[in-house]
Amino acid sequence: MNEKTPLLSIQDLSVEFKTRDSVVQVLHGVSLDVFEGETLGIVGESGCGKSMTALGVMRLIPMPPGRYKDGRILLRGEDLLQAADQRIHDIRGNEISMIFQEPMTSLNPVYTVGNQIAETVRLHQNLGKREAHDRAVEMLQAVGIPAPERRVNEYPHQLSGGMRQRVMIAMALACNPSVLIADEPTTALDVTVQAQIFDLLGDIQERFNTAIILITHDMGAIAELADRVVVMYAGRRVEEGPVDELLQNPKHPYTKGLIECVPHLVAEPPEVRAVLPEIRGVVPPLRDLGKPGCPFAPRCDHVVAACRTEMPGAFPVGPDHQTACWLYSEGAS
Amino acid sequence: MSTEATTETFDTEPIVVEHPLVEFVRMFLRNKAGVLGFAMLLFIVLTSIFGPLIYPVDPFEIVGVPVSPPGEDGWLLGTDSLGRDLVAGLIHGSRTTLAVGAAAAACTVIIGLIIGALAGYYGGWVDNVLMRITEFFQVLPNLILAMVLITLFSPTLITIVFSIGIVSWTGIARLTRAEFLSIREREYVMAARSIGAENQRIIWHVILPNALPPLIVTAALNVGVAILFEAGLSFLSLGDPNVMSWGALIGDNREAFFEAWWAVTFPGLAIFATVLSVSLIGDGLNDALNPKLRER
Repeated sequence: MNEKTPLLSIQDLSVEFKTRDSVVQVLHGVSLDVFEGETLGIVGESGCGKSMTALGVMRLIPMPPGRYKDGRILLRGEDLLQAADQRIHDIRGNEISMIFQEPMTSLNPVYTVGNQIAETVRLHQNLGKREAHDRAVEMLQAVGIPAPERRVNEYPHQLSGGMRQRVMIAMALACNPSVLIADEPTTALDVTVQAQIFDLLGDIQERFNTAIILITHDMGAIAELADRVVVMYAGRRVEEGPVDELLQNPKHPYTKGLIECVPHLVAEPPEVRAVLPEIRGVVPPLRDLGKPGCPFAPRCDHVVAACRTEMPGAFPVGPDHQTACWLYSEGAS
Repeated sequence: MSTEATTETFDTEPIVVEHPLVEFVRMFLRNKAGVLGFAMLLFIVLTSIFGPLIYPVDPFEIVGVPVSPPGEDGWLLGTDSLGRDLVAGLIHGSRTTLAVGAAAAACTVIIGLIIGALAGYYGGWVDNVLMRITEFFQVLPNLILAMVLITLFSPTLITIVFSIGIVSWTGIARLTRAEFLSIREREYVMAARSIGAENQRIIWHVILPNALPPLIVTAALNVGVAILFEAGLSFLSLGDPNVMSWGALIGDNREAFFEAWWAVTFPGLAIFATVLSVSLIGDGLNDALNPKLRER
């Protein structure tokens, strides 16, 4: 897969935020590639920079206080960080789209859902009101909303959370973008609806050949949908690999921890039920991220001397599989 | 994670789609005071439109003996200290009052909206500069500034409208800014940006419609303020001398108050009724547009 040129390539992306008395770096040289038609999962705890990476690609990081410190974001070879604002407006919603965590609040309450989908289309394509409306109905149909001719004239408050997320997906896909960024698209929904939304995303990918960047902390969703996975911790990429390889053979202690934390749905009598493992400690506060050494070291059970002094680079541990951990540096046993 | 359910199941309950406008009218009609205010204003508006046709008397013409009491000599509300017909004065004055009130309030809202929206949306130095300008206008004495502007230029209706607009936009600007500061952080604004909407589009098509309810209420109340302002200016003889106005009637007759109480009282009541009707409508709008009061 790596012989192909990536559709979207994030190279060494560093983003920092200026606060009242200091500068906080939230992304540290994040690199990742997305290929046409694949699903790339990004996992990590809250505050690890997953959403920041997504917003960074869309150039939606509020500036100020945010600032791109370094790096490139190449969409078919075009650097989005160098692109003019006008070009970015053309790309958003047309080439790269995004769906957000909170379907309850990401739709504008004063417009009908049809209006909002039509708006996306009209921003990018030279369509009349009537045609845009028809396109909205078509999109609602595509995301599995029954009676789309009727729903198209409804306001967001008349729809359930799952329906609203479908509308968001319809909006994001209305111009048939090549990349869809789904930032924890199901966090606010209940489990049955989550499953439906994931099914829908998988279905859409097959039909439209859209590349999906799925940001989540749900390992189940990753196993279900992703082709490749990037694990992020404290604004850094700590492990990357094909989904099966990474889930069955995780290398980085953080990835192992994340996988172990997933509760298993097996009926066991309470006496033999093991205590659900957890990763001790919490994600370090952002202002500590500039310190030398691996940011995971304070929470890690396998710390070696180098962990405290220097951030490891990415070491290959398998086909297309690499991890940023000193345990896997050359010469380490 | 896998599931058989690929489509959501929906209750068969019929979806009642009520157009927001229909809902708005329904809510407004529930406020009796608001309806009363609307009826009063409607009467005044109809008077201003059709009054001069039904009652074709020139308000400036001296038609009879000065200070003729209401009902005597055939003049319904009597004549003022110059011998002009008071009914004609009130009818023609309503045109000035309503026109100036509405136009000045519109002027106020337009200036306040643009300044407040830009300050609240862009923040940073734009906000700083615009808010300092707003504060500068806030500390100037309104009436004096308006008087200076009207004396500098000629006392025509246009000048009066703009003068009132220029001295009274600060409240709307601050309110708009506050609404924008809060709404610009909502997720749907980010979502709009993510589909490629530009700043101008986000300001006027995404945020503004959501900021409108409190602004509409304030704008309605501003009509009342503008009417009082115009009356005050006319009272001070700074109104347009070519058009009749209620404030001018009061001003022209103030020295004859004890001989011709009616010539001051009726225009005063007319001003009072108009401002009251506008305030009641503002109140009704508040009820109709405030989501917290809905769904009861």
